Amino acid sequence: MQETELIPHLFRTEYGKIVAVLCNSFNLRHIEIAEDIASETFLKASEIWGIKGVPENPAAWLYTTAQNKSKDYFKHHSVFENKIKEVLKSNDERAEIDFEFSNENITDSQLAMIFSVCNPDISNEAQICLALQILCGFSVEEIANAFLTKSETIKKRLHRARTMLRDNNFQIKNLNKEEIKSRQDSVLTTLYLLFNEGYFSKTNNQTIRKDLCSEALRLAYILTENPLTNSSQTNALLALMCFQSSRLEARINEDGDAILFDQQDKSLWNKELIEKGNHYLINAYEGGGISKYHLEATIAYWHTTPTDENKWEHILRLYNQLILIEYSPVTALNRTFAFAKVYGNEIGIKEAEKLNLESNSHYYSLLGYLYSDIDDNKAIRHYEQAIALSKSKTEMQTITKEIQRLVEKKDNC
Amino acid sequence: MKEFLLIFRADYKAMPQASPEEMQATTQRWMNWVAGIAAQGKLADRGNRLVNTGKVLKDDTIVSDGPYAEIKESILGYSVVKAASLEEAAKLAHGCPIFAVGGNVEVREINPL
Repeated sequence: MQETELIPHLFRTEYGKIVAVLCNSFNLRHIEIAEDIASETFLKASEIWGIKGVPENPAAWLYTTAQNKSKDYFKHHSVFENKIKEVLKSNDERAEIDFEFSNENITDSQLAMIFSVCNPDISNEAQICLALQILCGFSVEEIANAFLTKSETIKKRLHRARTMLRDNNFQIKNLNKEEIKSRQDSVLTTLYLLFNEGYFSKTNNQTIRKDLCSEALRLAYILTENPLTNSSQTNALLALMCFQSSRLEARINEDGDAILFDQQDKSLWNKELIEKGNHYLINAYEGGGISKYHLEATIAYWHTTPTDENKWEHILRLYNQLILIEYSPVTALNRTFAFAKVYGNEIGIKEAEKLNLESNSHYYSLLGYLYSDIDDNKAIRHYEQAIALSKSKTEMQTITKEIQRLVEKKDNC
Repeated sequence: MKEFLLIFRADYKAMPQASPEEMQATTQRWMNWVAGIAAQGKLADRGNRLVNTGKVLKDDTIVSDGPYAEIKESILGYSVVKAASLEEAAKLAHGCPIFAVGGNVEVREINPL
């Protein structure tokens, strides 16, 4: 890796770890101090490495520097004497603060931080922003780009969430079985949304999308590494993320256009990720109990599996179960697509027209798809309606191509 | 939105003995139908099926075993749907697989206590 890429890369992977370990050592109320120390560490790295060259083990160098900076900080600030030391003393008998950057402590700290950030009192949107900032080292601008929102909006959202995080003062240290159980659902939801934010992102920026997906994967992976959080649902969610990520490269062409599933180059699918997905999916089914993550992961499994003649029947069955667990317009539309694949487009149209999703662009593009070759004029009208409602440039481009195809077909008749 | 109870009735005796494949196909039809209502965001409670034995009490002492002499049909199951009117609720019952075995659906508005 080039030196110019190395620091941003390390920032992504190590910043969150440093903040988590420091917060785990003192207290969430002082999260700003932890973030300052982490930022200063990277500042120092860019200065020193520029002169002396990159050290042999850059991550270890960062940990040592962060460690020393923390010790210096607390030596020179009365805040330690007055506040933290007391907290520490009351918690355990360690007078000397020990910032240990062992693998075990890093993982534990990150896990504790994930559970702190995924506070059910904080809105889902704000939880995702917090996770991106604190756990993944995203800047406010990067978060704003991912959400296609103004930086100011993100700043405000983060400010409110961080105040809650501090005031709530979630006991990051004593993460016990019961607390984990009570928060696990909201942790999984946040990671699921974080992943989807990347996978179905509003932005066309492919790098940001991949980053969001791989960060969600990394955090979900941490959950499977700890026996307390390695639940059947966690495995199902991780399997889902692996299967979906395996197709990331194939979903978008060089021009940034979305490629429909049927037309994807399957050789671009990442086999390693598919195998990992299979592994976690098997784990998920060993635990017993079926969640929406199980169903979605299994649907994704069928999509990555070489054609089975009953593939769409399996998928329809899973969507039927999924819609009974939780209604969402996306699930309703996907279920109807699978229904049409099994029973044909004409019956599919009847099923689709019952959905009443007149403000949803995907509703019209589904109808456009189903009417194609049955009634091309109607198909075009539906596609045009979809474009009028769409907010995604990629979606509009894809639909416009379909309309062109149908118009050319009519002209040739 | 109001809630409506859909009561599925059929004559157990008149129903043909189904092979495992036919039973699987029947399950699939029911799943498709009920998921079709859920896909419209109008399913309040999937409900349940009922086993075909039961008892009817007239008072503490007069108990008879079902199925019942007075009526040929018995209740096979129920679901709860959401709709703006009785007419809309009745429309949701269209395509119910119970019709295929000569059964019927009773649609009743729930009057909450």
